Amino acid sequence: MKRKHKRLTFVVIALLLLAGAAALVLTAFEENIVFFHSPTDVVTKHPGPDRRLRLGGLVEEGSVEKEAGSAMVRFRITDLANSVPVVYQGILPDLFREGQGVVAEGRLRDGVFQADGVLAKHDENYMPPEVADALKQSGKWDEMSETMKRQGHVTKDGAK
Amino acid sequence: MDAVTDFLAMGGYAAFVWPCFAITAVVMVALLVQSLAALKSREATLRALQQAEEARPRRRRTPQAAPDSTPDTGAEVAREA
Amino acid sequence: MFNRFANPNRFLRLSRPLVPVMAWATVLLMAAGLYMTFFTAPADYQQGQSVRIMYVHVPSAWMGLFCYVGMAVAAAVGLIWRHSLADLVAKATAPIGAAFTFLSLVTGSLWGKPMWGTYWVWDARLTSMLVLLFLYLGYMALQNAFDDPERGFKASAILVLVGVINVPIIKFSVDWWNTLHQPASVIKAGGPSIHPSMLWPLLVMSLAFTTYYVWVLLLRVHAEIAASKIRALRMRQASA
Repeated sequence: MKRKHKRLTFVVIALLLLAGAAALVLTAFEENIVFFHSPTDVVTKHPGPDRRLRLGGLVEEGSVEKEAGSAMVRFRITDLANSVPVVYQGILPDLFREGQGVVAEGRLRDGVFQADGVLAKHDENYMPPEVADALKQSGKWDEMSETMKRQGHVTKDGAK
Repeated sequence: MDAVTDFLAMGGYAAFVWPCFAITAVVMVALLVQSLAALKSREATLRALQQAEEARPRRRRTPQAAPDSTPDTGAEVAREA
Repeated sequence: MFNRFANPNRFLRLSRPLVPVMAWATVLLMAAGLYMTFFTAPADYQQGQSVRIMYVHVPSAWMGLFCYVGMAVAAAVGLIWRHSLADLVAKATAPIGAAFTFLSLVTGSLWGKPMWGTYWVWDARLTSMLVLLFLYLGYMALQNAFDDPERGFKASAILVLVGVINVPIIKFSVDWWNTLHQPASVIKAGGPSIHPSMLWPLLVMSLAFTTYYVWVLLLRVHAEIAASKIRALRMRQASA
């Protein structure tokens, strides 16, 4: 074997070993790399009120109630399998709206998620408003938002 | 005039949109200028060294110094400049 | 196999005419891309005008990754085939890739504040992109830490190759884990989920960033070749 072939073999083997090691490490730490938990996770695992966590999912349609005279908001976060009620006092990001993905940060107390922060998540679809309107009018929107939900984070964990 | 103001307002996101484009322009132009300046200064140094080499009493060039210093480089760099 | 291009003088001869071509291509594509960004691309149905940040954010992020892959290939060629020109290409790529990665982080942060409600979160995509910036900076620092450039190239090539593992992690982080960052819109199974009126400006801007990269890369490689000639001449004069 020529020297450069030896070096090539060495580099290839080292890279393969490294890829294997990285895959093992990432699998082992999966729980920590996950940025948020789905309502199904929260409902099935019952985290105590001491544990701070992030809850992610869609804002349930028709669930947003703003209390008059204060910045208090109540809504439900759903993954289409389970949903968790959330209370939050503070400023909501511009993308916060019903049917959109959000991530709330806080603690679960007596089945209600007390959020001290809400982040909006947006999907991978980009289009002008006219196109969105046309899709809604032609009835293709529901079909599409189903695909969005399928491709997004929402049902992935709910189905687990 | 209103159209210009609307455009600059970026639908209320001016404070985020314009800094993005500004910093991108600054970084890209700075990197380009730095790269050009480094090239110019090194080519000038190389030319000066090669001229000094030519001016010295001639001795046989050692062949193992190639290919980094083949004799045609000096001419080529000078032509380019 | 790479010996045909091993001669730096031949490389200089072949690549010099490309410099003005890339310069003009960058100027024209950038002008067209910026025009499309601000005048033909529509506002987004959800994000409004803030979506225009995408036209610098996405090309920067792509180029940050692309430069890393290019740098890794060049470093591997330099390490395995002892090809000095490949070492110089890897060295010249690093600052360009670092600049693009930095820009993608900053523009992403400025986009995240109004849309997500935060400048920064430690999710898998954002964190792995920050690691990419550190890999670039580490590569440049390691290379400069050696007096003997040959040894610097060897050590830093190993660092770059170890860091290659981060590239698929960045790309697939949004699919493998829950992240705040949204999944891929352009390069994904089933075709882009981005309207053509927004996809075209994005592609033109990406092309402009690519020609800019080639332009600056050539300038930097030429400067590196000049530097190595200067070193060779100085050593010969010192020993004469």
